[in-house]
Amino acid sequence: MDIIDILFTASFWAATIRIASPLIFATLGELICERAGVLNLGIEGIMVSGAFAGWMAVYSGTGLWVGVGVAMAVGMLFGLLHSTLTVPFGLSQHVVGLGVTLLATSSTYYAYRLALPEVTSPPKIVAFQPYEIPLLSDIPLLGPALFSQTPLTYLAFVLVAVVGLVLYRTPLGLAVRAAGENPAAVAAQGLSVTTIRMGAVIIGSGLMAVGGAFLTMSAFDSFFFEMVNGRGWICIALVVFGSWRPGKAMLGAVLFAAFDALQIRAQQTSLGAQVPYQIFLMMPYILSILALVVMSRRAEVPAALMVPFNKGER
Amino acid sequence: MDTVVVEALNLDAITKRFGTLTANDAVSLSLSEGEVVALLGENGAGKTTLMNILFGQYTADSGTVRVFGKTLPPGNSRAALDAGVGMVHQHFTLADNLTVLENITLGVGSLLSTSSGRSATRDRIKALSQKYHLSVSPNARVGALTVGERQRVEILKALYRDVRILILDEPTAVLTPQETDDLFATLRLAIADGLSVIFISHKLHEVMAISDRVVVLRHGKITGGVRTADTDKHALATLMMGTEATPPKVPQSTPGPALLKLDRVATPDVGNAPGLKSVSLSLHAGQIIGLAGVSGNGQAAIADVVGGLVKPAEGRIEIGGSGIDRWTPREAVKSGIARIPEDRHKTGTIADFDLTENAILERYRSAGFSKAGWLNWRSSRAFAEAIINKYDVRCPGPDTPIRLLSGGNMQKLILGRVLEAAPRVILANQPVRGLDIGAVNYVHGQLLEARARGAAILLISEDLDEVMAMSDVIHVIADGQLSPGFGRGSMTPTELGLWMAGQGFKNENAHAS
Ligand SMILES: Nc1ncnc2c1ncn2[C@@H]1O[C@H](COP(=O)(O)OP(=O)(O)O)[C@@H](O)[C@H]1O
Ligand SMILES: [Mg+2]
Repeated sequence: MDIIDILFTASFWAATIRIASPLIFATLGELICERAGVLNLGIEGIMVSGAFAGWMAVYSGTGLWVGVGVAMAVGMLFGLLHSTLTVPFGLSQHVVGLGVTLLATSSTYYAYRLALPEVTSPPKIVAFQPYEIPLLSDIPLLGPALFSQTPLTYLAFVLVAVVGLVLYRTPLGLAVRAAGENPAAVAAQGLSVTTIRMGAVIIGSGLMAVGGAFLTMSAFDSFFFEMVNGRGWICIALVVFGSWRPGKAMLGAVLFAAFDALQIRAQQTSLGAQVPYQIFLMMPYILSILALVVMSRRAEVPAALMVPFNKGER
Repeated sequence: MDTVVVEALNLDAITKRFGTLTANDAVSLSLSEGEVVALLGENGAGKTTLMNILFGQYTADSGTVRVFGKTLPPGNSRAALDAGVGMVHQHFTLADNLTVLENITLGVGSLLSTSSGRSATRDRIKALSQKYHLSVSPNARVGALTVGERQRVEILKALYRDVRILILDEPTAVLTPQETDDLFATLRLAIADGLSVIFISHKLHEVMAISDRVVVLRHGKITGGVRTADTDKHALATLMMGTEATPPKVPQSTPGPALLKLDRVATPDVGNAPGLKSVSLSLHAGQIIGLAGVSGNGQAAIADVVGGLVKPAEGRIEIGGSGIDRWTPREAVKSGIARIPEDRHKTGTIADFDLTENAILERYRSAGFSKAGWLNWRSSRAFAEAIINKYDVRCPGPDTPIRLLSGGNMQKLILGRVLEAAPRVILANQPVRGLDIGAVNYVHGQLLEARARGAAILLISEDLDEVMAMSDVIHVIADGQLSPGFGRGSMTPTELGLWMAGQGFKNENAHAS
């Protein structure tokens, strides 16, 4: 099969959408944090914790959606930790973020070992199953690609629109954006910058954890160490790629996912027999870096990103 | 008249300390409905602190704030806004990347409501701007607006909330005289509708023009209060300073050789600001050249050319009689040009650097401050301390980040940095903007001393009185064109005003052709 032919298979597009879904959740989460002015480098660890928490909850007998809720709650707790340190205390967002990633990752592994001390291979759960949307899923090519996905994938794409609407069409979203542009303007209008920023980080972290949970509850059906595998860092780049806009960031996630889906399939082509597979593995990252270089020139960074604010101080 | 005087505001024994410094010391103040009180005081007297307490952005250590009889909870701006208090801060509190409409509606109503009601909002803003002559487009991005327009947005923000008490903290410091007049016209309309105003300014003629009563704050304490009708500018100045405020005497001086010459210099337009059109200017030793004009007519372009930030597109620059090829800020510094920049926050200092670092900012490579590429902190610090002592910069010490200083003290550090470099040419761009009278006299006195030592000074200012008092020769700049030089006392303000409006240039062109 040729690389061009791959682009016309439903399975390629279905995989693209599936791979994009966790990225979309986490990218939206990061985007909300950064729009409020807080860089959240805890994303990678929070995704790990979400992946484990959702899966563990379902493994212990809760329903799938409850599992998603548990993952979200765990992410929000880490968000609370992150934002308490970075917002009222104004500590370095880089250091706190990396600290949260280390803490969340290692405490997750610890919790895993505590919960399942004996196992060599992790147990499986019954994950979310694809749901074929009536009528739409019958459309040739598009139907199996877009409309035969799991409910979590549909949720990811719906959330893009929801986050966009909230950010641009509601007073709350305006306050969040303003907090990332000029916190003094927010304070001068009688709002609490601390509350807005902490709220944004907590909600954003919850979404990151749901992104992680997608991996164990929708893409795979089990939890492995290293399964998040740098996706969090990709999402940080996707926010820049998307110029801090939900729709554009979603396109970036789909683009990255398409490269990823393509490289797996390209390995099986005649070309794949000649070229070392590591080259293919590199492809999505190299192309993303190129895309980032092109796109981020015009990116509009929130002016107060990483600028702490304390009422009553100069 | 038998109108009952309603007390709009009552501040009772407000005290606020920052560490060991008492910024407000048992300050009490009241304001009646429809009254305009001007709050007067030197830089650092505690005016902004007091207003921030009233507006709930700072929490007082003790004392109460009552608005229309109700005590406000301390440190709660929301409560202050809800009680009808609005504040236009000394520095704009606008988000540049948001639109005018977004900045105005931010935080009005519940954050959790879903409707945005944009068209109704837009209509309301349009109606307000019409009623109060505050023309500004609701959909414009604030970052694209001029300073004057931004100030209008700040006022609209308050009017949109139907405030009944408006605090204006040095609103005119950044405005041109024309914009100030417009602001006053707007305020008068609102005051006629019952708005009460606390107005802060260092410009005494503004205080005389707009206020009913003047309250003076010195070192955090109220030291006096008078009805505006019973006083004059001179008395106010004395009240504010605690001593007689006398502007420095301007002795005669004889100009020496030309130190810097611009010969038919032209620069391209930058956005709305015109570039220079064949400008010739020579700065002589021992002379102050004043540049008068309405802001935005090419002052920035001249300053950039002299400071080495912009190379002339046409014409040449001569220093000490010889032409210059390479022209960069470093070349300018090396040739003995020192700058007092127009915006001390943006281009004059680095906010988070301490006083030592800011003091050597333009000269850290020179022999005294570094050797073989290594900074000499000991001599740098000593230099900063010398400036602090000699120029009376009030601060905790040379290790303080400069952003903690009041504007006047920041300016004194810049002035010291400039004068201690023993410059041949001084570019003084708006050197007294936002300073109190004491500081203004001090800066002017220092510039005159530099002149006596043989420096050539280019003084750029929008304040015609300042230009006329200080300059040996005045040029008017209008639309990038420079008028001929007029000797001290040879022109009346009205005649200069005509040149500023571009009138003189037309006559001159008519003569030439
Ligand atoms: N947040 C703050 N932290 C420390 N010192 C401050 C703060 N705000 C103001 N000050 C100090 O309080 C004094 C009064 O300042 P301010 O109220 O800004 O004066 P004014 O507005 O009259 O020029 C100054 O000495 C200033 O340095
Ligand atoms: Mg002030």
